[in-house]
Amino acid sequence: MAAPAVAVDNLNPKVLKCEYAVRGEVVMHAQRLQQQLQTQPGSLPFDEILYCNIGNPQSLGQQPITFFREVLALCDHPCLLEREETKSLFSADAISRATNILASIPGRATGAYSHSQGIKGLRDAIAAGITARDGFPANADDIFLTDGASPGVHMMMQLLIRNEKDGIFCPIPQYPLYSASIALHGGALVPYYLDESTGWGLEVSDLKKQLEDARSKGIDVRALVVINPGNPTGQVLAEENQRDIVKFCKNEGLVLLADEVYQENIYVDNKKFNSFKKIARSMGYNEEDLTLVSFQSVSKGYYGECGKRGGYMEITGFSAPVREQIYKVASVNLCSNITGQILASLVMNAPKVGDASYASYKAEKDGILQSLARRAKALEDAFNNLEGITCNKAEGAMYLFPQIRLPRKAIEAAKAAKKAPDAFYALRLLETTGIVVVPGSGFGQVPGTWHIRCTILPQEEKIPAIISHFKAFHESFMAKYRD
Amino acid sequence: MVGGGVRKPLDYEELNENVKKVQYAVRGELYLRASELQKEGKKIIFTNVGNPHALGQKPLTFPRQVVALCQAPFLLDDPNVGLIFPADAIARAKHYLSLAPGGLGAYSDSRGIPGVRKEVAEFIQRRDGYPSDPELIYLTDGASKGVMQMLNAIIRSDRDGILVPVPQYPLYSAAISLFGGSLVPYYLEEEANWGLDFANIRQTVTEARSKGITVRAMVIINPGNPTGQCLSEGTIRELLSFCYRENLVLLADEVYQQNIYQDERPFISARKVLFDMGPPTSREVQLVSFHTVSKGYWGECGQRGGYFEMTNLPPKTVDEIYKVASIALSPNVPGQIFMGLMVNPPKPGDISYMKYAAESKAILESLRRRAHIMTDGFNNCRNVVCNFTEGAMYSFPQIRLPQRAIDAAQSAGKAADVFYCLKLLEATGISTVPGSGFGQKEGVFHLRTTILPAEEDMPAIMSSFKKFNDSFMDQYDGYGGGGSSYSRM
Repeated sequence: MAAPAVAVDNLNPKVLKCEYAVRGEVVMHAQRLQQQLQTQPGSLPFDEILYCNIGNPQSLGQQPITFFREVLALCDHPCLLEREETKSLFSADAISRATNILASIPGRATGAYSHSQGIKGLRDAIAAGITARDGFPANADDIFLTDGASPGVHMMMQLLIRNEKDGIFCPIPQYPLYSASIALHGGALVPYYLDESTGWGLEVSDLKKQLEDARSKGIDVRALVVINPGNPTGQVLAEENQRDIVKFCKNEGLVLLADEVYQENIYVDNKKFNSFKKIARSMGYNEEDLTLVSFQSVSKGYYGECGKRGGYMEITGFSAPVREQIYKVASVNLCSNITGQILASLVMNAPKVGDASYASYKAEKDGILQSLARRAKALEDAFNNLEGITCNKAEGAMYLFPQIRLPRKAIEAAKAAKKAPDAFYALRLLETTGIVVVPGSGFGQVPGTWHIRCTILPQEEKIPAIISHFKAFHESFMAKYRD
Repeated sequence: MVGGGVRKPLDYEELNENVKKVQYAVRGELYLRASELQKEGKKIIFTNVGNPHALGQKPLTFPRQVVALCQAPFLLDDPNVGLIFPADAIARAKHYLSLAPGGLGAYSDSRGIPGVRKEVAEFIQRRDGYPSDPELIYLTDGASKGVMQMLNAIIRSDRDGILVPVPQYPLYSAAISLFGGSLVPYYLEEEANWGLDFANIRQTVTEARSKGITVRAMVIINPGNPTGQCLSEGTIRELLSFCYRENLVLLADEVYQQNIYQDERPFISARKVLFDMGPPTSREVQLVSFHTVSKGYWGECGQRGGYFEMTNLPPKTVDEIYKVASIALSPNVPGQIFMGLMVNPPKPGDISYMKYAAESKAILESLRRRAHIMTDGFNNCRNVVCNFTEGAMYSFPQIRLPQRAIDAAQSAGKAADVFYCLKLLEATGISTVPGSGFGQKEGVFHLRTTILPAEEDMPAIMSSFKKFNDSFMDQYDGYGGGGSSYSRM
């Protein structure tokens, strides 16, 4: 019998090449240890695994927004709307919102494939939400509802990358969906470095330099990815910076891919979220001037509905033939899941002042966001208080990305163990404390610097213990490896 | 094109060629035209896609109750919940919530919730009589995503060929185009009830190889789409032997396994046959099997729930597939729960069992009747022959287009079956998909419609079709030809 039809040595090399550290080596080891805790309790120096590797709020106890879940439950089982008892179990505005949503779905059939861009009525609601947010009009036909934001990113990479000479500008550090997707589609990742010393700032002069460099190597740079607020870095871009980026993309003929999934996660008063669409339109740029794809998701914000896989991309500045191609690719998968579609419309059109659920909705939302801000601060301070660790503020998103100055002996030990130094550190942290973080090498960093990404998501009451366990581990690690 | 300066960043010319090559007729020209007409106020009957709920099929009650409770767990705390939800739905919701820490709002394991995968494995074991490993079952956002993942893993370049039945469900041709592979077609024999001709298939493979193509995989859709045929055990054995000899991975699309409308050939999974064959075949042939909540009698297309099961794939390959799955983080959790419920439905004795069984039976029996109504209706039309829909959800009649029609189509710049289907749409509002969207032999034309319109609407739809077809054939064929009750003075 010949070699098996499908084995690693004859798999698509692009699949072999791509990596995704967020659920990579350290996490897999954590899962093994978790098994061990179940089968052999007491066999490890900790009682539980604390997953700080992934932006998955509800897995760590964050509660969903009640109003959203009420509407979704009614849409899942519309028969409830015919029952008298429903009025006592659900809020009045949830009932009316569900009724309206179902009315926009032919036959109230939430189990049917929808239009491949998503249900029209829901896209109308999202467009209205975008318009209200930005003060500039949005068009339902520009919106593609997807199973989370990630499939939209993949679609754009597929469209843009023809061969290994097509380059996509990515921030370093970046959320590794981008590097993985570029690898999967056979393109070239063209890095632009965010400056840690200036709060992860972005200099257009740097961008220009990297662009020239790439072009001199024969790379055709097609698009620029910007993640705002940043992941893993957490910075919220200043408006001025955003305008520079928009101008740069317009002048250099780059598609601007704006990952804005953390737009509702802002923890500082001196910054606010401005969508790139708003910035571009306020500069007087319209569809002829800039090709822009804006991504949003239901997974983050204060709603944290990761498991629903809901999101959308808003595409502007594409010619009609290109839009047809985007539609065509979307149609092969028929449509995204309806629950996610409905949720996206709720997120972009949340309860307003005067609605029956507004007070409780606002309390839930504020509670979550204020707690996130407190946790971000507590962890940031804790990291900054440790020897050899500096940590930029998390102005937004859900992560801290402290830099750890690893002593030479630690780096050598890592080498001997055939691990990247930050992976070595992360594995030691895991084995000692049960805390799971993602090594900075999973996101990219200036060579010779080491980071870890830690979420701010564990429940607030667990944060002091996490801080003290981390501190104890770090001190013992440094004692062992200090120069 | 390298260099800066002012240029449009994404002109049509600069798109990935593979994207441009993709065709997916199911939501292509006919569907777009039908949508336009609908906007203009014309009544359209969409029979272009297997989308039961869009044509009035009601969701089964029990799964909707369970998922609604999972969606809003605060309901479970309300003392009145038992007034509007049966106890077994309440218990099942609690069961799934216990399997999904964080509830419906958290990313699950990238392969899907372990407890649900276990339910799927148990279902497969009950169905086939062989144990199934939950670790080799991955839940996906619909079966299509699983198919895409597999083909993406297999296809390295245009020198990798995938054997695909013709006619086929055009997800396969679209995915192969997208990933830059080569589609190696094997023709199903319409006169032999869409059977497989292995001599022909062997020939096809030889030819492909002589052109430097490495044939890597074989797709089989059972029951067939658009063709509806149910494979016999003997045919599946031959298929597996063929894959063994030719070193191909078999991709078994079994999403219509619950849609069987005849009793001679019940559904038998490729995996069961594989294990029945014993070693060495059972240990060597690589197999990936796909299933979904979109079809059967559930018809929950909008949930995007599916799975694939891997058999005899080396662990390192499975690791790579896991890696790619992890980039998408996780399949949607409500869809996973629908899958759990589908493979583990109410049992006799459960409070909801009677209703569940009655709802399911009614749907399946109606589908069987509609399969007959449609097949007979088409066979009653002039120049139309139609194989019986043994399974799945479609009817794929052959339309013997007269030469004058073919010529008219050509003048209009359309493929002949597209021309026919557009005329059918404009005359009757029936939106079908031309056979060219699925592949067919040269010069032979079909259309695909679904058997999903409500049973009470069927007679009117079939007579509307007949009326159109008669007048089309009159126009392009004159009179004469068999089977028409129309007579001309």
